[in-house]
Amino acid sequence: MDITLAHYLVLAAILFTLGVVGIFVNRKNVIIILMSIELMLLAVNINLVAFSAHLGDLAGQVFAMFVLTVAAAEVSIGLAILVVYSRARGTIEVEDINLMKG
Amino acid sequence: MIAFPSLAPVLPELLVLGAALVMLMYGVFRGAAGERAVTWLAGIAMAAALVAVIAAPGDSRATFEGLFVSDAFSRFMKALVLIGAILTLIMAQGFRERERMMHFEYPVLITFATLGMLMMVSADDLMALYLGLELQSLPLYVIAAFKRDQERSTEAGLKYFILGALSSGLLLYGCSLIYGFTGTTGFAGIAERLAADGAGIGVIVGMVFLSAGLAFKVSAVPFHMWTPDVYEGAPTPVAAFFAAAPKIAAVALFLRVLVDPFGDMVDQWRQVIVFIAIASMVLGAFAAIYQTNIKRLMAYSSIGNIGYALVGLAAGTEQGVQGVIIYMTIYLAMTAGAFACILAMRHRGQMVEGISDLAGLARTHPPLALAFGILMFSLAGIPPLAGFFGKLYVFLAAVEAGLYTLAVIGLLTSVVGAFYYVRIVKLMYFDEPGEPFDHPIGGELTLVVVVTSLFVLLFFVYPMPVVAGAAGAAAALFP
Repeated sequence: MDITLAHYLVLAAILFTLGVVGIFVNRKNVIIILMSIELMLLAVNINLVAFSAHLGDLAGQVFAMFVLTVAAAEVSIGLAILVVYSRARGTIEVEDINLMKG
Repeated sequence: MIAFPSLAPVLPELLVLGAALVMLMYGVFRGAAGERAVTWLAGIAMAAALVAVIAAPGDSRATFEGLFVSDAFSRFMKALVLIGAILTLIMAQGFRERERMMHFEYPVLITFATLGMLMMVSADDLMALYLGLELQSLPLYVIAAFKRDQERSTEAGLKYFILGALSSGLLLYGCSLIYGFTGTTGFAGIAERLAADGAGIGVIVGMVFLSAGLAFKVSAVPFHMWTPDVYEGAPTPVAAFFAAAPKIAAVALFLRVLVDPFGDMVDQWRQVIVFIAIASMVLGAFAAIYQTNIKRLMAYSSIGNIGYALVGLAAGTEQGVQGVIIYMTIYLAMTAGAFACILAMRHRGQMVEGISDLAGLARTHPPLALAFGILMFSLAGIPPLAGFFGKLYVFLAAVEAGLYTLAVIGLLTSVVGAFYYVRIVKLMYFDEPGEPFDHPIGGELTLVVVVTSLFVLLFFVYPMPVVAGAAGAAAALFP
């Protein structure tokens, strides 16, 4: 069986959905949310590279490089905020992030 | 061999970038002692960028292979962004001295975020859009958690980060679909392909994802959940900054993306925009009624205001875009002024945030009560204050585009919204005073309060500069 563009798109869509669902369904730990965010961005990269190969156009791969770089910066900032949060609050359970509501 | 790109159109961004790098180095080597100089340099660099934006030639210029464009629209919105950033930087000064937030990182982060906003406003390509947006968002996550030993501030930063990263993911997924189904990332190229082949389902899905990501950034319902928590938890000057500059940059990006590359798909995106405009106006009006914290109230107020601005975008016409630009100009003055008043709410050096703390302000501090009253009446949309004209332009555009239901719902929600704005005026003028606020409120706050309330009060006398500037800016989006 040939692997076509559609296969890549379906794979990326599944991974992306897993990432989004992971953020909302997970009630346990903030680290899992960070992993879910990473999963979403990597799904986008699969999309971009598959389209790039399919179209024979390099822009998609350049875009994927930018996404990789920004994702690294984003997650490092996220982890830094998480460290500061756990120091101030002593927990990183998702259910405990509830000081402000309404 | 690719020719070196022309740098003249990016002059304001280069000024801000250069200053940010110098500030970072200077701050690192001087430590806490260099804080004042760094703040001054940030203000001067943004003022210089503002001059460069205003003095730039009037025509449309693209550079960096069409990734970056400088036209009348981007110049007008950049001027607003820079004014917002400068005003909030000035407002923050007294607060930071009192609350021991004198770290040089604060102005550096504000400057980098402002640079990101300038890039967003000028983006003419999906890649430039994404990079500008992230350059804006990353420093904002950090300054939301700036009081890092305080639970509320770090919680605000964490919430903002998670939802912001989620929205970036949605936006990026949309970008990847648009790229795949049109074969290009340039806005002009996308518009050409859509005009030639029509919009397929892939592009429409991509466009909806992109709009969802942008709706997060402008805090429109149903993507508004982060706003009240972040405004309440973040230090007040940070909340003021969030309410002013990033909102304007995100609205500018929203306008350009929907009108420029997706101009031919107006029937598809209008439904989405009408829905989020109505939802934002209704939620902004009703949820604010139950608030007891003034910062949360301002958060719901900003959600409602974004709803009104999107009414003009829903019209999808040049007049509608002009209305949005005028609305955002007036919104900037009103929020900056209101937050300056909130920053003046102190008992013996302690910040207070309860709405009930404002009781009897007219007797204990008449000038502040007068200015706050003017700003609240303007937010409620009472003529002849500026807020009325902002609403007038967007509703007129909606009516002329045939969106009668939308305009009527907008009018009704602004009546509901008037209730909680006027309630604050009633508290200040007719209730028994509690403990008076500290006198004097500080020179920098006085400056911001006086400038913004005079602008709001006297807008109707000479509205031409804003109206004509907005008309020119809107015309640049409809070639």
